Amino acid sequence: MADAAALTVTDVVAGYGSVPVLNGVSITARPGTITAVLGANGAGKTTLLRTISGFVRTRSGHVTMDDARLTRLAPDQIARAGVAHVPEGQGVITELTVEENLRLGLLLRARADRTAALEDVYSRFTILADRRRRLAATLSGGERQILVIARALLSAPRVLLLDEPSLGLAPRIVAQVLDLIRHLRDDAGLTVLLVEQNARGALSVADRGVVLSLGNVVAEADAAELGADVELRQHYLGF
Amino acid sequence: MQEFVELTLGGISDGMIYAAVGLSLVLIWRGTRVLNYAQGGMAMFTSYIALIVIDAGGSYWLAFVIALASGLLLGATLERAVVRPTAGKPPLNAVIVTIGLLILIEGLAGIIYGSRNRSFPAAYSIVGAKVGNFALGPGSSPTAIFTAVSVLAAACLLALLFRFTPVGLRMRAAAFNGTVAQLMGVRVGRMTTLGWALAGLIGALAGMLVTPQTFLYPNSMDSIFVLGFTAAVIGGLDSPVGAIVGGLLLGILLNYVTGYVGSNLPELAGLAILVLVLMFRPSGLFASTATRQV
Repeated sequence: MADAAALTVTDVVAGYGSVPVLNGVSITARPGTITAVLGANGAGKTTLLRTISGFVRTRSGHVTMDDARLTRLAPDQIARAGVAHVPEGQGVITELTVEENLRLGLLLRARADRTAALEDVYSRFTILADRRRRLAATLSGGERQILVIARALLSAPRVLLLDEPSLGLAPRIVAQVLDLIRHLRDDAGLTVLLVEQNARGALSVADRGVVLSLGNVVAEADAAELGADVELRQHYLGF
Repeated sequence: MQEFVELTLGGISDGMIYAAVGLSLVLIWRGTRVLNYAQGGMAMFTSYIALIVIDAGGSYWLAFVIALASGLLLGATLERAVVRPTAGKPPLNAVIVTIGLLILIEGLAGIIYGSRNRSFPAAYSIVGAKVGNFALGPGSSPTAIFTAVSVLAAACLLALLFRFTPVGLRMRAAAFNGTVAQLMGVRVGRMTTLGWALAGLIGALAGMLVTPQTFLYPNSMDSIFVLGFTAAVIGGLDSPVGAIVGGLLLGILLNYVTGYVGSNLPELAGLAILVLVLMFRPSGLFASTATRQV
């Protein structure tokens, strides 16, 4: 896998209509770390990820991965550059089989280690192995979520953007997913931006934490520090 | 009995041509939700290109290959140049553009090649086979067999491409869910162009196969287009297999109409079937209901 990459978001203003959702957001995800992006509904967390992966245009500011500028690239170019985005729900192509969905991820990876990578995912997520020939439409919501995460990992990304990965998953699977992410950070130097409603769970695996409120960064600190800040927790994180 | 066999065999070879036109429409529809009204016109144009090659002394097979290659090129070029700008606009824009294209292509063909009927060679003999005294009719001629085999071969190659190659997987991903495909690094626009190119190729094949029967003139593919569209609609417009089966059903049915009801009725019957299918089973007779079950 490639070396760890830093993801830098600098003064980004972006949104959908005339009112921007992000009002000059700056975030740095250090190479090989997990950064949790926290905040209430409507804070701009999902928009931030969609801006990084190119689905929402930046009006000003820029996004870079190491020294490469991602701003203004098309989503497919950003994906090929090594940014894998796991969107919240709906990331599965229901008309393709489970294995075909996974193969889409594999196509972004070097040819040599595709088979091994696929077998590795199947051994980790036996639900997917059991259903590999079935259409993805037959999977439950939780199974689809696993499929999308597994597919993103198969693409051998340098930066992984996870939008609410625990939504709809059983606690045991959530633990499995978080464990895998931690493992990828440690062994493969993956840089992760993790958006979560479940702030406590996110901070438990993250190295750093960023709190968004109404499109602004209101706090950025080490995860342990954020978790210990009682006032901030009560005000923005609700635990 | 002899008439029945003759009509059935003739229906199969006619049906394979409708199937090819239907297949070319499906290839474009399922990727972009655009119905390419210019598909018949494009096939007419590539047949003219083949005729030029033949008139210049080229062999039939050279003309055949050049027609297919120009179909490929024509499809890709038209998508990039004319159809792409309608992406993301109301669906009616693409409809108007492809109808405009049809008028343009037919007009151009008239200007360049003239509007008189030109005869067009068939691949092989068009004389039907005989078993003893039992004549099997033109549907059993070497040309008819070549028609069926070549369309089936093209369909099988496409199926293999879609099922077993990376580019086929990317094309299907782009067709089914463009956003997720982009997320996975697929160049969706390039896949659309490729879909049009393949459609142009299959359309050109249909043109080469049908033109010996219809003669070649600027409107020569119009009624074949309607029947190919009917074949695609019978199959659900989304399913390549559906288009093939739809084409076969339609071909056989229309031959029975010609033989048993009246020889001037098939075009009317084709339109009637189209209307009936659209009224009662707009999602197709079988294919798309089967995919929607799962």
